[in-house]
Amino acid sequence: MSNETQVLDKQTACRGAVERTRKTMPRTDIHETPESIVITADMPGVDEKSVDVTLEKNILMIRGSVAPETPEGFSPAYAEYEIGDYQRVFTLSDEIVKDGISAVVKNGVLRLTLPKTAPARTKKIAVTAE
Amino acid sequence: MFWSNGRWDTVRGMQQLEREIDSIFSGASGAVHEFPPVKLWNSEKSAILTAELPGVEGRDIDISVQGETVTLRGSRTAEKLKEGEQYHRRERPQGQFVRTLNLPFRIDAERVSAKFNRGVLSLSLPRAEADTPRKVAIQGAA
Repeated sequence: MSNETQVLDKQTACRGAVERTRKTMPRTDIHETPESIVITADMPGVDEKSVDVTLEKNILMIRGSVAPETPEGFSPAYAEYEIGDYQRVFTLSDEIVKDGISAVVKNGVLRLTLPKTAPARTKKIAVTAE
Repeated sequence: MFWSNGRWDTVRGMQQLEREIDSIFSGASGAVHEFPPVKLWNSEKSAILTAELPGVEGRDIDISVQGETVTLRGSRTAEKLKEGEQYHRRERPQGQFVRTLNLPFRIDAERVSAKFNRGVLSLSLPRAEADTPRKVAIQGAA
């Protein structure tokens, strides 16, 4: 029933590119429903304007940018996270309706819904008694 | 490392060793693994604390300030999957969190303000008036 190969994660995202700031790979959950694949990514600091989702052939790329800011008159004292750009790449199988992908950003979380093509959906087979 | 005046400083050495052993066994001493991750900026009169809390509603974050301590409390609830749904990958931390941070000064709790935008919490923590550094003049200098 599950189709593990539908979304492959390519972790070798930004090879050879000149990096403006450090790129962070957003932490991501992926779950499958009978109708679709849902990708949920933590991207604190981004909104609908600063997030960018592109699909080229089978490659789905998620990007987000956050401008680093230092409050005026303050000096940095301690940091456990870095501000920069987010990037992560996934390879989709052919079983996704590419025109039907939807993306929503809320509270710094990106949620992508990738609808499955009709043949990829789970079928229920009715069992009848003789 | 723990030498003072050319002698091995036993007490400090032992304390350091104890901390290191604790950190090996607890596995949680590295602040980097704590949730939410925070950032701190300082100025003479106040500090700004930011925390990355994606997926949390601002009104669900419980912030308390006492003395020099700020505590952030809340939870990130995992999406409840229906029958026939399943996870392929789970990387996002879920569940309850409590984070307590000590600042190097007393906070004026009355004047603390908080903002929450795009999954990032920002707290402005003014230093208590009684705690601001004062210049002391030396009297009777010849």
